[in-house]
Amino acid sequence: MTPTDPAGIRFTHIEKRYGGLFALRRVSLEIAAGECVALAGRNGSGKTTLLRIAAQLVRPSSGDVRFTRANGQSIDGARPRTGYVAHATMVYDDLTAEENLVLFARLQGSAAPAALAERLLSEVGLRERRASLVRTFSRGMRQRVAIARALLQQPQILLLDEPGTGLDAEGLLWLAGTLRELRDAGCTVLMSLHGESEISALATRGVRLDAGSLVADTRDGAELHAIFALAGA
Amino acid sequence: MGLGLLSNTLVLLGKELRTELRSRELLTTTVIFILLVMVLFSFTFDPSSSEARRFGAGLLWLAFLFAASLMLQPCFLREQTNDTLSALRLAVSDPFAILLAKLAANTLFLLATELLMLPVFAVLYNVPVFPVFGQLLLVFFLGSLGVSVAGTALSAISAQARMRELLLPLLLLPLLTPVLVASTQVTAGLLDVQPFVQWKGVGFLAVFDLVFLTALWLFGEYLLEE
Amino acid sequence: MKKQAAYAAFVVLLLAAAAYAAFFIAPTDARQGVVYRIIFLHVPCAETGLLSFFVCFVGNVAYVLKRDAKWDWLGVSAAEVGLAFTTACLVTGPIWAKPVWGIWWTWDARLTSTAVLWLLYVAYLLLRSLIEEPERRALLSALFGIFAFIDVPLVFGSIRWWRTQHPQPVIMGGPGSGLDPTMKAVLFFCWAPMLALMVLLMQSRYRLEAMRGDLDVVRREMETA
Repeated sequence: MTPTDPAGIRFTHIEKRYGGLFALRRVSLEIAAGECVALAGRNGSGKTTLLRIAAQLVRPSSGDVRFTRANGQSIDGARPRTGYVAHATMVYDDLTAEENLVLFARLQGSAAPAALAERLLSEVGLRERRASLVRTFSRGMRQRVAIARALLQQPQILLLDEPGTGLDAEGLLWLAGTLRELRDAGCTVLMSLHGESEISALATRGVRLDAGSLVADTRDGAELHAIFALAGA
Repeated sequence: MGLGLLSNTLVLLGKELRTELRSRELLTTTVIFILLVMVLFSFTFDPSSSEARRFGAGLLWLAFLFAASLMLQPCFLREQTNDTLSALRLAVSDPFAILLAKLAANTLFLLATELLMLPVFAVLYNVPVFPVFGQLLLVFFLGSLGVSVAGTALSAISAQARMRELLLPLLLLPLLTPVLVASTQVTAGLLDVQPFVQWKGVGFLAVFDLVFLTALWLFGEYLLEE
Repeated sequence: MKKQAAYAAFVVLLLAAAAYAAFFIAPTDARQGVVYRIIFLHVPCAETGLLSFFVCFVGNVAYVLKRDAKWDWLGVSAAEVGLAFTTACLVTGPIWAKPVWGIWWTWDARLTSTAVLWLLYVAYLLLRSLIEEPERRALLSALFGIFAFIDVPLVFGSIRWWRTQHPQPVIMGGPGSGLDPTMKAVLFFCWAPMLALMVLLMQSRYRLEAMRGDLDVVRREMETA
């Protein structure tokens, strides 16, 4: 992975209501360029909503999101290259793994979409199955395609919603390795996680949401553990 | 920006065509539906050539409109299955490309089924269509484009509501009244014993297409919001 | 609240005055007799309905651009009020048509266009009832409302050009369609109470919608407390 031009995210007083329901309540969070942040919290605590707001897929009811440079200045105009792995795979079941990646690479304006897709498919270990329809894949294999799709444009910001879903032990190790490389290359990572794993070990900071409010935020190693310990409570 | 829009649209159009040609689900069901309407309609009046000249145009367009309101259902529902719509929104530089590709694909699908069913109509109802084929193609194109522009927009709306399968025809059909009136009128002129082109109707269809394309261009990105 | 009651009383007075004018001031039509007097209700209702839909369109566009719930409240209020007036127009139409033309319904341009218009705004309200989340409901229905309203001139145009068996509407068909000057004056006067009524209904409906919004907030606060 080549080093990226780092970018951070600044959430200011973010609120998101779904009717009478608060998904997020005045969440303010500044993620510096290059940080690797683990997002903990129970089901329905607002993790996914926060990630979708960061991806600019969801418009907050109030408050605003800005992207920042390494020096903290906000970026105006084009949003930074963002990779997003969600609960849904975000790829087409009726296309092959290769067709999916080539499609999204083309949309993002890649100069050599076929070569890029080929390289990523090798990296995620799906080279042999690249010509099979995604429909025929297992959950873990789909997750690999989903991650490959998110990595297509060498993201400056990577948003991961429980990225380990469906992956086997080997898959988790592979994902942890890939994320470490990305993190070390300066890519900002915000990932929601359930419990500790090889992946949570990468986090340099932990944030906990409860019922839409930010209840804990730490960079301390020991407290990072505590953030996940609470998750079972 | 303009170039990005064009290339994104073409890439997405390619995807739509590729998925459809692989399964042919939409085309097959739409063709069968139109065929069904044509056969059933023959029982509601005396299907002689002279009667068919009077009612044929209306029958054709009503069949096309109802078929379209079914065919447009999966347009955005398909993108919800794996949340691929979000992936597209993240990938394209201008969200209008997503709508443009969809409406182009829908126009092509609709036009293809219409052209496939035209000879069948000609044979079943004994109305010659070959001498006016070029003019019919023009009306079919303008009408289908209008149906697709409005239909793509409304299918993005109905996909986010409850009872979406029932909702789309209820939203779409009243909106398409002008298309139905104008296309039927022009088609009736072309099926006449002495065929003639109603340019006023052709122009009206073009205006309808242009008005709705502009509205879609202005408000389209909000349709895709989550 | 007091102001509202006073205004409501004013609207009732205006309506009574209009009814008096319609029954006693306007002369009886030579050909149609007494029954023509229904135009003093029918025509203002049609125009007021159209105006309400325009207000709805303004609310829709403003909501899409500003995302303030107030515009959504205006949109739904105007649509419902417009639908009420259009319904009144569609009901009084056949009542008038039966004795004059001998048929309840005729596929005349105005009648048909109004029927399509009515269907469009019924669809608008139906769409609203099928989306639960307020922000999404507001946005999607606003977008549909915009498409519906720009469709209105196209509907009127297409039907007027191709679907009219009657060469000219009986009255108000254009210059020189021969309406008695007193009748014309009464007709204009009858618009006033309808417009006032429109404002009154929209205001009340808007207030109701605003209260629903407040209720939502209170409910949320109770849940969190």
